[in-house]
This record gives sequence, structure tokens and C-alpha cells, in this order.
Amino acid sequence: MSEAPPDKPEPGAGERPAKGASPPRGAETGPEFERPIRDLEGQLAELQELAGGTQLDISSEVAALRARLEAAIETTYSELSPWDRVIVARHPERPVAGDYVNAILDDFIELHGDRSYGDDRAILTGLARIDDERFMLIGHRKGRTTKERLACNFGCAHPEGYRKALHKMRLAEKLGLPIVTLINTPGAYPGIGAEERGQALAIAENILAMFGLRVPILVIVIGEGGSGGALGIGIGDRVLMMEYAYYSVISPEGCAAILWKDGERTPDAAASLRLTSADLERLELVDGVIPEPRGGAHRDREGAMQTVRATILSELAGLRRLETDELLRLRREKFRHAGAIDGRFPTCP
Amino acid sequence: MSAERIQGGSKGVQLDSAASEETRDSQGRTPESIREESVSAPEDKPEEREDAAGEAGGAEEGKRRRLRWRKKELPGGLWLKCEACAATIYRKELEGKGMVCPSCGFHFTLPGAERIRMVLDEGTWEEFYADLASLDRLEFTDKISYAEKLQRTVERTGQNEALLCGTGEIENRPVVLAVLDFKFLGGSMGEVVGEKIALACELARKRHRPLVIFTSSGGARMHEGMLSLMQMAKTCAALRSLNEAGGFSICVLTNPTTGGVTASFATVCDLTLAEPGALIGFAGPRVIATTLKQELPAGFQRAEFLLEKGHLDAIVERADLRDTLARLIDYGRAAWSAE
Repeated sequence: MSEAPPDKPEPGAGERPAKGASPPRGAETGPEFERPIRDLEGQLAELQELAGGTQLDISSEVAALRARLEAAIETTYSELSPWDRVIVARHPERPVAGDYVNAILDDFIELHGDRSYGDDRAILTGLARIDDERFMLIGHRKGRTTKERLACNFGCAHPEGYRKALHKMRLAEKLGLPIVTLINTPGAYPGIGAEERGQALAIAENILAMFGLRVPILVIVIGEGGSGGALGIGIGDRVLMMEYAYYSVISPEGCAAILWKDGERTPDAAASLRLTSADLERLELVDGVIPEPRGGAHRDREGAMQTVRATILSELAGLRRLETDELLRLRREKFRHAGAIDGRFPTCP
Repeated sequence: MSAERIQGGSKGVQLDSAASEETRDSQGRTPESIREESVSAPEDKPEEREDAAGEAGGAEEGKRRRLRWRKKELPGGLWLKCEACAATIYRKELEGKGMVCPSCGFHFTLPGAERIRMVLDEGTWEEFYADLASLDRLEFTDKISYAEKLQRTVERTGQNEALLCGTGEIENRPVVLAVLDFKFLGGSMGEVVGEKIALACELARKRHRPLVIFTSSGGARMHEGMLSLMQMAKTCAALRSLNEAGGFSICVLTNPTTGGVTASFATVCDLTLAEPGALIGFAGPRVIATTLKQELPAGFQRAEFLLEKGHLDAIVERADLRDTLARLIDYGRAAWSAE
């Protein structure tokens, strides 16, 4: 049985990254539903280029076109279907963990390795600082270039990735540093090596351990919240989702394949699964939603990332005010009754 | 007695005759064929189900390797095919051996009620929370609505959910027992299954009894969306509280156990056992084969493979389970004060 090095994808992984992780749609042109927006953006760029070479005053035309563009973005993004939102969450220009490190951290020291098998590049861990707030950053890493994406398996972690995360979280606990996790994965990697090394066990151990970590944990779903692969770093005192992120028990593609036996029904599956931030806030499965710039984080990357920066600072300040035992009690109670309707379930006699 | 507690043998666990339904399914639809990723969605096949037809007697006694299997008449085929070795087996012979293949030793998936009967001392089972039933909170509809699917499954199986939990005794040792039943929507974990595992942990904690869990599950139940994923967190939260109170937990993984069940409470009990040949994994084998575009090695994700890779404490044959559990429980006693 061939053993793939942890920093390289297993055979065939490059052809099809993982369950449900179809290649980002519209990698060159963008999502289909953004076509009216792209057309207007093209026209605006053309007009501005045209004006640049002449003395003509076309500011009113530009303003009019800009207004139409804004209106198109507004309309399109107010009518997004759940499946459209999944596509936005997977947008190739959407900020990924590495972008946040570059854009919002004032210091970052990456820490590698799980101390037992390898260094899974699909999980990024390191000591981070924003202003005077120091914390341990744990995140799924998707990479931006094709080479990077391959090297980190498109954000699909192996067991050593979850064990690396746990190793660093335990260090954070020892140092008294809060933990911030950024979730962005299509799912945990489904492969031979992953199963051999105990993928399920690694996730389960993380979930169990995170209930006992005696430091605040802030969880932010920044893109794809892919099932158990997300939950493996997803237990926290506060679980937030970005507006156009999704969080789901299974990928819409996987769900459509199983239930409808028809990939064409993927949009229906996306709708049925209630995977949008609004749905999950309504079901009380996430604690809050971080608004994104109009038209999604990929349209104003800096703006989106600065919102996350401010959120991290305010949330950590809030969590710091809680006494540790109380923090852990509340964390456990929250997940013990996750989303349950009040009074539906009995208490133990 | 609290309202949600129902005596054994009543509504919650019927002695149904679906003992061989997985076998029957295997002719066209094995447990593997309906599993994908970390969730399961078995189809309803109501026309293949029978009504309750339990009968008394039949447990074999007197040997150390005891099989508490109740033989009974089943309508339908007299001959079955083993899903592991493809041998043709006389149904009565298979039942006589506790649904273990006489030629290759493959352990067929057991219905929950039969598992309880096989493991517990006769007459000691008291079921809890049998009336907890699932809700279609997401209004999930594929070919039929989840609400209708649930209703049909409840009617077919005579139980409200895939998890049976309660108290009983294993060779006179009091335990809390939780059994996942694959015949109820593939043993998939939705809100009620997760809640009942958590309640079983709490029951074990309050009664100072060891917790014994048997799993057979395709994973999280996708019809409940994120509510089902969160059961992974819920069950682990409850298990952690049990651990911190000094509890003792044993999980026996049986064929098949995959997905969100494997990736939560099932693999992080104090002891992890498995039945021989049980398929155990995170992703289902078909997903992996499709993803990698290659055939999987023989024995991949079977219990023996997991043992070799260091993920199990032991593989225990069905005939030895009662005895082994009883002996293990004696080692865990020090952690508990007597009830």
C-alpha cells in the first residue's frame, strides 16, 4: 500500500479533489449568476478606458453605469439561492486562511507538525497577534495558486492535520492563549492513508478534547463548512459564520447523488439541507453571522477581512470576561442542547 | 417511573422478525451500497418488511461460548447468501449460529432487539426514552418527505428511532446499554439518536453503571442537515461529562459503522471493541474508491485492518461478547462506587 507524504496529495487527488469538491465553478469567468454584474463591470471599465484617452467629460455616464452596477449587485445578491451561496463560498477569489494571515495579523509565527506522523498542509496553525491580542490561529488551508491548492489537498485535512491542530490547541491552553479557528474545508480527506491513520478517531478526539480546553475558543466559518472535517476544529464558545459561508452535514453534490441519484438535483439538495448562515442562525446552531461586503467577500476582500479582524478582537474581549469554569460549562451546555427545541427532550431521571 | 420510560418488550423494542433483512437486502442492496460519505439514506422497502413475530425460548445455555439467539420461523427464502464469502447458507443454520456465517465467520448485522436479547441477561432489559420520535424540522423532501419516510419506518420497525437505550444486566452486572439499529434508516444519527446517546451517558453517570454501546450506522442523517452533524458534538459533550465523573464506557463497533458515528462517540469510549469483519471507517469505501479512482486493498476498513493499524482494543466474536463484556466490566468497577 503506497504511503503518500503528508504534504502531497494522494494519487488521483488532483483529478478530483474530494467528495463534493467540484472544481470551483467559473474559475475564469465567475459564477453564472454574476453574469449581469460582470457585463456591467466590463462596460464600466471600457468606458473609463475610453475616457482616459480623450478630454470628453463622461462622468455622468460613468456615474449612471456605476449606479446600474450597484443595483445589479444588489438585485443579484438579494436573490441568491442556497446553491448560489455555496458557489460564492467556493469562489476562487474569496479570502482564504493565508489571506487573513497576511491582511489582518500584526504578527504570525507558523507552527508545524503533529509530533507523531507529519505536517498536514491542509491545516494551518500558528501563534498570531492582532494589536495586543495574542492567540493561537488554527485554520483549514486551501491555498491560492494551483500548486498551493494541490499541496494542501484543497483544504481536505488528513488525521495528522487534526492532530496537529490539537497539539497546537493544547499548547495554547498551556500558554493561556485563546484559540481562533477559521473553517474552510469541503470535508475531511477520504483516502486510504486517512483511514489507515484514523480519520474518524482524529476528528472525534478533537471534538472531545475541545470541550475541555481551558481557554476561550472562537470559531469562524469563513467559506466551506464541510461536515465532520469542519467540526474537527469547530467546537467553540462562539461559533460564527460569514454571511456567504455554508455549513453542512454533507456536500450538496453528495446529497443529490445519494438521495436523488442525480447530480442535476444539486441545487435542490443545497436548498433542502438548510446550510446557509441565515438558516443556521434561525436553527440556533451558530451564534452569529458576520456580514460581508455587498456582493460577497470576493468583491471587497480587504473590507471583508477587516470585518473579521474587528470581530475577532471584540469576541475575544467578550470571552475573556468569563470565568474559565463558567466558560467551559456554557460551551458544553451549548453543544449538549445544540439546536434542540426547548422542552422537547427529557432530563435524565 | 417517568413518563418517557417504557418497559422492555413493549412499544420500544418489539421482537420483530426482520432479523435477516440485511441479508435479504444483500441480494440487491448491501449496507455498503447505500452508504456514501458520512451520511446514510437507506431507501424504504416496506414491501419487504414483516410484522412482529417474536416467540419465546430457544436461547442456548450451558456453554461458555453462549449464543443468546432466538430461533424463529421467517417467511421468505430458506437460503441466504453471505455478503462476505458468497456462500449459500441455510437460514436456520445461520440463525442457530447467531447470524454468523458458518463458512467464513462473517458477522451479519443484527437488529437492535436481537442484540439486546443476545447481550443482556433474560428479563433484565428496561427501556428508556422509547417514545422520543424524530421531527422533520427542515421539511426535507427528496422522493418523499422525511416526515413520511419516518412514519413508514416507525410503522415497519415498530420502534420510534434507530437507537434503543435502557438498563439491564450482563451476567448479573448492571449496565446502561445503547444499541444502534441499522434497520431504522441505516442506524443514522439524527437529533433523537444523538439525544438518546447523551441521555444514556447521563443515565450511566447518575446510576453509576458502566455504559455499553453497540453501533451499526451509516453516519449522520442528512435529512436533518446540520442538526444531525451537531449530534457529533452533543454526544461527545455528554461522553466527556461521563468521563469526568469517573464513568466507564465500552463501545462495540459492528458491521457497518461509518461516518459521523465513527467520528464521534463510537471511537472515543474507554474501550473500543469490534466484531470480526465489521466494516468501520470515516468515509464509505465507495466514496474513497471514486475519489481515488482505484480499487481498494482487500480487507480495507474491516475490523482486522483497524486492529492492525492500532485503532481497536480488541476484536471479539459474537459468541464471546457477553463473557468478555462481563469480565471487562469487572475491571472498570474500581472507577465506580457501588450503586
